[in-house]
Parts: sequence; structure tokens; C-alpha cells
Amino acid sequence: MSAPFRDQAIHALQDEQLRENFRGAMDFLQGKRKAVFSDTIELENLRQQGHQIKAEALANLPELLEQLDSQCSKNGIQVHWAETPEQACEIIHGIIEQNNGKLAVKGKSMVSEEIGLNHYLEARGIECLESDMGEYIVQLAQETPSHIIMPAIHKSKSQIATLFNATIPDTPYTENVDELIGTGRRILREKFQKADIGISGVNFAVAETGTLCLVENEGNGRMCTTVPPVHIAITGIEKVIPRLSDLPPLLSLLTRSATGQLITTYFNLISSPRKPDEKDGPEAVHLVLLDNGRSRMYQHPELRETLRCIRCGACMNHCPVYTRIGGHAYGTVYPGPIGQVVMPQINGLDQQGEMTEGCSLNGACGEVCPVEIPLPDLIRKLREERVQPQPAESPVNGAGSHRTRVEATAWRFWRWVYQHPELYRIVTWWATRLGSMLPNRLGPWTRTRVKPVIARQSLHEIMRERSNQPD
Amino acid sequence: MTSAKQNILARLKAAQTRQHRNSALDQAGVNQIAANRIKETSRAYTETDRLNKFTTALQASHAEVIDCTKDEWPKMLIGLIETRKLTHWLYSEKTETGRRFSQDVCTALPALEAIPYSTPVEQLKETLFNQIDAAITEAHGAIAETGTLVIIPGPEEPRLMSLVPPVHVVLLRKSKIIDTFDQLLEQENWSEAGLPTNVLLISGPSKTADIQQTLAYGAHGPKSLIVILI
Amino acid sequence: MNALSDTPPEFEQTKTQKPDRVYFFGTCLIDLFYPDAGLSAIQLIEREGVNVIFPQAQSCCGQPPYNSGYREEAIQVAKVQMDALHESIPVVVPSGSCAGMMKFHYPELFKNHLRAKQAQAFSERIIEWSAFLHRVLQIKLEDLGQPTRVALHTSCSARREMGVTEDGLALLRQLQQVDLAEPERASECCGFGGTFSVKQPEIAASMAADKCNAIKQTGAEMLVSGDCGCLMNLEGTLKKSAEYSSAHTIDSTHLAQFIWQRVSK
Repeated sequence: MSAPFRDQAIHALQDEQLRENFRGAMDFLQGKRKAVFSDTIELENLRQQGHQIKAEALANLPELLEQLDSQCSKNGIQVHWAETPEQACEIIHGIIEQNNGKLAVKGKSMVSEEIGLNHYLEARGIECLESDMGEYIVQLAQETPSHIIMPAIHKSKSQIATLFNATIPDTPYTENVDELIGTGRRILREKFQKADIGISGVNFAVAETGTLCLVENEGNGRMCTTVPPVHIAITGIEKVIPRLSDLPPLLSLLTRSATGQLITTYFNLISSPRKPDEKDGPEAVHLVLLDNGRSRMYQHPELRETLRCIRCGACMNHCPVYTRIGGHAYGTVYPGPIGQVVMPQINGLDQQGEMTEGCSLNGACGEVCPVEIPLPDLIRKLREERVQPQPAESPVNGAGSHRTRVEATAWRFWRWVYQHPELYRIVTWWATRLGSMLPNRLGPWTRTRVKPVIARQSLHEIMRERSNQPD
Repeated sequence: MTSAKQNILARLKAAQTRQHRNSALDQAGVNQIAANRIKETSRAYTETDRLNKFTTALQASHAEVIDCTKDEWPKMLIGLIETRKLTHWLYSEKTETGRRFSQDVCTALPALEAIPYSTPVEQLKETLFNQIDAAITEAHGAIAETGTLVIIPGPEEPRLMSLVPPVHVVLLRKSKIIDTFDQLLEQENWSEAGLPTNVLLISGPSKTADIQQTLAYGAHGPKSLIVILI
Repeated sequence: MNALSDTPPEFEQTKTQKPDRVYFFGTCLIDLFYPDAGLSAIQLIEREGVNVIFPQAQSCCGQPPYNSGYREEAIQVAKVQMDALHESIPVVVPSGSCAGMMKFHYPELFKNHLRAKQAQAFSERIIEWSAFLHRVLQIKLEDLGQPTRVALHTSCSARREMGVTEDGLALLRQLQQVDLAEPERASECCGFGGTFSVKQPEIAASMAADKCNAIKQTGAEMLVSGDCGCLMNLEGTLKKSAEYSSAHTIDSTHLAQFIWQRVSK
């Protein structure tokens, strides 16, 4: 069986610069988060609130989506629904065509990555420019984001300096970050003025009022949603929340978990397009609601908890595996622990089941999740679905696809030994007697470790020899 | 795309009936959670604490906060304009702040070029993006806990005033500072009355840390945010 | 970074009365690879006047198949443990990982099962060994050993599921001659993760190497851990790296064995 995840991980592990970039970035982000959540009691209260709000939103998901649809429509925001990435791309392309659009500027949106929007539009003659500095760098390098919050986190400043020097005309090599950002600012400001279409994601969609909320520091999100005559927002259906009053705890959890900020520079609440007496703002606002497997996740009693995610990235910042291999090694739009849970459910366990093995179940992700998603439990659950003997009964796409007779038999044999005390006694007796005959090389384990030594007597045996023990 | 909508909702509802009893919270429980949340997060600062908290938090986000008075601010701003050499200004003709800027500041500085944001952006884009140095606006309110300005753009003060000019000067009445975001929502009653087209919470100048976690200001929006407290 | 503040408050095992008798669940790794650690753990309990019962029918908590997705296999093996440890007395487990499995995952494993109630009651009797010594027995330790510098590695399950980071540290702090070192990034996983280290050996090796370097940098002479999985991983890595360099080697041992050796003549 092919193992793309493991191969890519091995490749990433050999890249010293990459490992250094990620280690530095993750240490930085962990430290920032820790500092801004210094009050652990407040943190736990907030996490419980976040959990409850999102659980309630999920319990009432279809009703809230209907409410969001009708409130947005009332406000003049046009709502579209897409079951698949293709449908979402078609809808967006259709809107751009209607407006004779040629240039779209985009704020950071992982859902737009999920549907492959840039390529779709490019193939149809529409330029779609990333305007978040990190995304801009990644697009310039013809790469994909390696982190959902900090897309260019895999690059050092010297790598970015080289990239700018090589790809942007008249740009001398400089590692001065202010100058590098200045270059991006200059180029993107020209594009903001010219763009026909602005595309953005959504952090929270408030059903009660039909409001789209965007969280950002740079201001490019505001540019995209304000300067071009048409604004298209795209989001997954799980981003809907019931009420405005849910925003304060969720916003606080999001910014503090993501980048360790008390609040971001901009929190932008958009409730309608430009009104007749207004001088700016888009004439038209569209909202595209994407399913892409989410309604199927919703059918699973445990895996549906995936849909609580607010995309803060704290799970990857604290994941020891992500820290070492970086986002690209996962080979998926969403990397890290949440990626390991989301991607196999979207694309099927048959396609992306292997990535669930890239986890030591150490629990660091679940510990920091702002909405208390039990990520390790969900990863374990997906491993179970992956080898499940009755795939027909599972709502997970690709369930049972990795069940092999060899592995299933091995575990059955294991069970047989550990289930029968007499048998276990015989097996361990022989193991302790013959343990010294084990070869020194035991596959990959002994490549970096010496082999473990089997004792001459098991604890069972030692305890049997003590007189006061029952059999 | 009616059919996509129907299909998605149908799938969700089918799953919901099976699981509602497991995970749905009853309405009383939900109300209790909301009440607890407000109670837990509510702050009650004294007036001095509130002002200090606001100023410290906003300064930590790299904004400048200048304590002034209702009468003195134009004079103060004149000094600031002279030292920083900000020659092209954007203001609103429809706010008290804009009018005083036009009268008191522009009159005192004849070389100053001040443009009112009174035409649609389509006709102003070129000037707005390429000539303006600074804009002056009013804040609707502010949140002490996070050092946040509450800006409500509209016909009087369009959205881009607080975004495109490299320097953004904001006038804020001290009496308008409240403690928390929760209190703002409670006070404005937007859930009942509906929201303005656009509401912005602004906490500092535009910034990014996308290059090797190094903070840089003025990523796309203002490089400096100056708040004048009156 | 201070590991102490990472201890979650979940572990609500109260200071119950000292029991007359307890079960000891040896764990499969101790049974085959570290029986002396198990024996030390038992002897330290017995020294406090508590009877230790070691049922021969016990084998493994079932975590390996559970984490690999073989739920049914885990259930069948878990049943055997619940039957072997059926009396309603505490079950002391010298491993945060196995304790976490029995305490938090058995109820999940059996939730739609005839044995749901039994699993729940069973889980409530589980207590991790260092927590039992520190919180329940409130043991007093007198250090008879030579001065030494020691690094404690707390397993992820011990830290995050069982919340016993502080218990291990508290026991070691009682040893007067022991200088406790804190490695950098103490709360990060060592890369064992059961089948993870077999299925993703490269990533696991890189995690283990970083952990071992952090331990070496503390200047510790000894690595102790309350979990034999981590111990096997780190011990193997430390020894392997010693094969290639002349740097001083760091010995390693289970927390129970370390303490027993220092307090007994």
C-alpha cells in the first residue's frame, strides 16, 4: 500500500531549514498563546462557553442556516448554496461573469483553497490575486499555505527576500521586513484599486442578524470587502452561530488561540451592501455556503464534533508532529490535527486515511482547542472507521478501505493471547526464556534505538513465586 | 441553486432527528449559559481604571493616544500636522469633527489640502489611494478591555476613511468608552434593531507578522493610528 | 517553561482513606520488559502497610488495538481485566497511559454495551501509582542514596489525562539528595505513542532525538519516567546515541524503581 504521508514526512524531516522555521514559529506561537491566557480559570470558562455555543449551533444547524439565509436576503446579501467544490466554483465564476470581472482580489480564505478557486478562475481567464501578505508570498512562490493562519510560516525572511528579488521587477534583495511588506503593500494597493471583484472568507456568520464577521490584522480583508464593486464571501456551513451575543467569547477565543492576541486589529461586521446614500462599499454582496462533506460529517454521532472548529490553528501550533514536518507534508489543504480529522472526512478515508497515523495521540491539540474538540478521540475514531469490518453501516466516506486480512488477523491473534491467561502465561514464559535470542535489528525501531531487553522473569512469574498471592 | 439548498438541508435534518436527543440543549439551559457568560465576562471598571485600561491596551497595539479637550484638539492637531508634515487630508463635511477640522485647522494652515469625502468612491479612488496622507474621523465608541475603537461608517463617514489613508486620526469622547464587547452589544441592541451596513472594531494600525513572525505596521491599511481623547 | 502549571485540574481523586488492600495492574510492558519496576512499585505500597493483590489473570489494558482502530479486540481484552480486578478496591497502575485507558476510555469503549455500568464503576477505581503514593498514602520518603541530578519525563497521558505531573515531581522532591532538572519543552511528547513509533518511525525518532537532547542539556545523570513506553523509547535512543559518541551516558529507570532503590537498604 502506498504511503504518501509517510514519504512526504520523511522528505520534510530531511529539510533542516524547514524544521528550524517551524520550530521557531511554533515556539513563538505557543509562547504568545500561553502569555495571553495567563488566567487558567478564565481560559477554562471561555473554552466551555465556546464549546457550548458551537454545540448549540450544531444541534440547530439546519434551522440556523435557514435563518441566516433569510436574514441575509432581507439585508440585501444574496445567498448561494453549494454541495461540492465544483458547484461553489461555478457559482462564483457565474457572479464574476455577470459583472464582467477580470481581476479578483482575495482575502485569506481556507474554504477558497478547499474548492481550488484560484486555479478554476485562472483557467477561465480571471486573475485571482491573494492579498493577505502570507498568501501573497505563497502564491508568488506557486505554493500552497502550510498553515491555516500563517500561510508562509514555512519560509524564513531570507527565503522571502530571495523570492521577491527573483519574481517582482525592480526589487533589490533585502531582509528588512518593513521593506518587504512595503513592496507587497505597493503592489497590492494598485490591485485593490483596479479589482472588479473582492473575495473573502467568513469567520462567523450570525444567523440572528444576517451578519458576516471577518477577523484580521492587515486590512486586506477590509480592502477586498469594501473597494471592489462586488464582494463574494465563501464559507463552510458550520460557521453559522445563533446570536450576536455569541461573538464576544468566540472572538476572544479565536484571536487568543490563534496568534496570542487579545484582539486583532480589525473585526469587521458586514450586514449589507452599500446603501443608496453611502459613498463606498460594494454594490452587491454574495454569500456562498459550502457543504463539501460537512452534512455527511454531521451524520456521525462523534465525528460531527469536527464541525465545532473555528479554524484558529492552535492544534497545529501545539502538535509535535506538525512542528517537525510542517504543513505541506500532509499534502492537504488543512494540515495538522484538525486537517487529520477534516480531510479524510471530506476526501474519503480511502484517499486520505493514512494521515490519521501521523499522530502519537499525545493530546496536546485537544488540550488547547478553544472549543474543546476532542481531536485525539476523533483521530482514533477515524482509525477505527478506516479498518472497520462493516463499512456499509458507517456514514464515513471510505470506511473499511484499509482493512487488510494480515493486519486484522494479527490483532485477532494478539487478542487471543491477551484474552486467555493460560495462553498469556505460556507465551510470556517462552518470551522471557528466548528473549535474549532476539536479533539486534528489529526494523525501523532499532535504526535509532537499541532493542528493548526482555526480562528473564515476567512480573507475573515473580508474583507467582510470592506465597501470598491468589492464582 | 435551490436544489443544493434543499439537498443540504434535507441531509442535515435527517441526521438531526436521530441525534437531537443526544446533543441538543434545552432552551432554559441555553439561556442560563448565556446569562452565565455575560456575568463571568462583565467588568466594572471605575472611570479612571477604564480610561487607563483602554489607553494601555490601545498603546500596546501600537496606536498613539493623546489626551486632549473638546476645545483644544484643533490646536493640538495643528501642531501635530506641522511636525509630521501631513499635507493632504480627507475629512467629512457632515460631522462636527469634520466641520471643526475644516474651520479651525484648515484656516490656520492655508497650505493644507483638505478633501471632503463627499463623492462616491468610484470618482475618488485615484486621489484616495495616491494622494491622501491622513484622514480624520469620529469614533462611535470604544471598548476598554481590549483597547478597541468602535467605528460605524456610513453616509457621513464612509468605510474607507479608516482604511486607505496612511495616517488615521480618530476623535473619541472619553464618556463613550465602555468596558467590554458584551456591553457594547447590550447597549446597541442590534439583535433587535438590526445592524448598520458595516460595524468595525479597530484596535491599532494595520499590521502583519507573516514574514518570520516579525511585526510590521502598515501592511495594507494605516501605518499609524492616532486617537485623540476629548 | 514551567511544567507544574501545565497540570490540569481534572484528576479529582480525593484524599480517600488509606485502603487495606489494593489491586496492582502490572501493565504488559512492565510484565515483559520492566518487572523490577513493577516489583518496586508494589514494595513501596506494601511498606506503607497496604496489601497488594496481583491477579494472575491480568494481561494488557487493550490500548494497542484501541489506538489502532481495533475496537472489538480492545473490548475483549478489557473484559478480562475488569473480571480479573473485579473486587471494589482501588486498582493501582504504574503507568499514566494504561491508567488513562482504563479510567477514561473503558467507559467510552463499553458505552453501548451490557457492561457499561461495570466499566464506569471500574474506571472510578483506577488510580495512577505516583498519585496513589502521594495523595492517598501521603508517603514520606527518606533518601539514602548519593547526590545525583535527575530529569523526570512525564508521559502525555500522565500529564493530560491523569493530571499527575505534580505527583511524580512531589515524590522526587522528597528525596534530599536528588537535584531535579527540568528539560526544555518538558510537556512535549517523546514520540513513543505506542504503535505510532512503529508506523511512523522517522517522525517518532526525530521527536525522541529532540527529547533526549533536551534531557542531556540539563546535565542530568538519570532519566526517570512513570511510563515504560516513554522509557523504552528514550532509553533506547539514549543508548543508541551513546554508541556513536563518547559523551556521558544517561541511565534511565522507572520512577518506582528509582525511588525504591533510594529508600531501601
